[in-house]
Amino acid sequence: MKMPAFEYACPTTLSEAVSLLASGNGEAKLLAGGQSLVPMLAFRLAQPALLVDLRKLADLRNIKISAEGVRLGAMVRWRDILDDARLATAHPLLRAAVGEVAHYQIRNRGTVGGSLAHADPAAEMPGIAVTCEAEIAVVGNSGTRVITAAEFFHGPLTTALASDEIIVEVRLPPWPAGRRWGFQEFARRRGDFALAAAAVFYDEDEAGKTRNAHVGAVGVADRPVRLHGAEAAINGQAIDEETIAKAEAAASSEVNPESDIHASGAYRRALIGTMVERALRAARAS
Amino acid sequence: MSLRMPVRFEVNGKAVEVAVEPRVSLADCLRHQLRLTGTHLGCEHGVCGACTIIVDGAAVRSCLMLAVQADGSKITTVEGLSTDGELTPLQKSFRKHHALQCGFCTPGMLTTAHALLSEEPDCDAARVREVLSGNLCRCTGYISIVEAVLDARAAYRKDAPSRGSP
Repeated sequence: MKMPAFEYACPTTLSEAVSLLASGNGEAKLLAGGQSLVPMLAFRLAQPALLVDLRKLADLRNIKISAEGVRLGAMVRWRDILDDARLATAHPLLRAAVGEVAHYQIRNRGTVGGSLAHADPAAEMPGIAVTCEAEIAVVGNSGTRVITAAEFFHGPLTTALASDEIIVEVRLPPWPAGRRWGFQEFARRRGDFALAAAAVFYDEDEAGKTRNAHVGAVGVADRPVRLHGAEAAINGQAIDEETIAKAEAAASSEVNPESDIHASGAYRRALIGTMVERALRAARAS
Repeated sequence: MSLRMPVRFEVNGKAVEVAVEPRVSLADCLRHQLRLTGTHLGCEHGVCGACTIIVDGAAVRSCLMLAVQADGSKITTVEGLSTDGELTPLQKSFRKHHALQCGFCTPGMLTTAHALLSEEPDCDAARVREVLSGNLCRCTGYISIVEAVLDARAAYRKDAPSRGSP
């Protein structure tokens, strides 16, 4: 469990970081909080020639809340989100999901950008980004670009990032007051990776009917996904027992998770239905 | 083999400078170079919590940090919880409640609980359990550990006669 040899650089500006990353010709990797990368190094699943540490880039540590929504700098840690009381109203779904990330010590170091770049199919932050239609701003040698969360995740540990690109921030659209939401995750033990998790939010019209339903899931595909069938079952309806049952059935039928050492595909399919059901009940009560 | 880099940080109140290869974890640096072997390594990939130390006030896993990342930081290991040779109120509480048997996980339990109680001296049992879920103990079944942490809360409150140190 000793890490492979690599060079280490700790730039103080973003442009210096981009140059260093580009100089590695694909053999350089960024180091944010290290809570996913360092285990990968320990197992030698990653053997980069150069690690570029982002810890001195203070501009990436900001949480900005405005009428345009919530912007989380790439180096914002999970505990920064949990400690920021403004997010209780500015983005309660984000806060609830981040509360499920790993353990206390991990949440003290793990970062938003690190989680997005690592792209674990069971991770919470990628799931929230996809569910909320977030945008991910990145910078590289050829300048800045913005990638939608839906296009960002290509598969397990695989993203749209080019080898010289750094995530700068993730932009979550505004969260109106009165929005209903729920987040439900199931793991065998507290802090383990989710076997499945569902994030749900919707708004209501004056007649109390649901509109703008968003249902997202992690742990049931090779990347975080929106469950459009479940959303269709909810939109235009009141969230009653019949609607909840339809959404649960739709969620289970529209995923096709593979079996692995942790759970069978059939189990995960049933589980995501239950997570959507519980998230909807929580949303109704929110 | 990459070159050793100079790293300066403060451990248990003492400024140190070490030369480390970038690939060396902070846990190995503390144990092998600084001979602070109270920090235990169980899994070495961020699962067991035994190597928990306090960096700039936050409990972190020292196997998931590179020593070079610690440059400029203030570190407290289990050796630094007590500064006067006496057990701290938290350590006394662990003894009183039999919160250890083999003791391997204890340094990580103590540092984690110390960080928690320093910030949240009024936390409830559910919070203690949630936080300690990141630390594996194979002996005790956790109940005695949770009781010890809960019993130590009073020592961390502002009006406590003898507060947890440092």
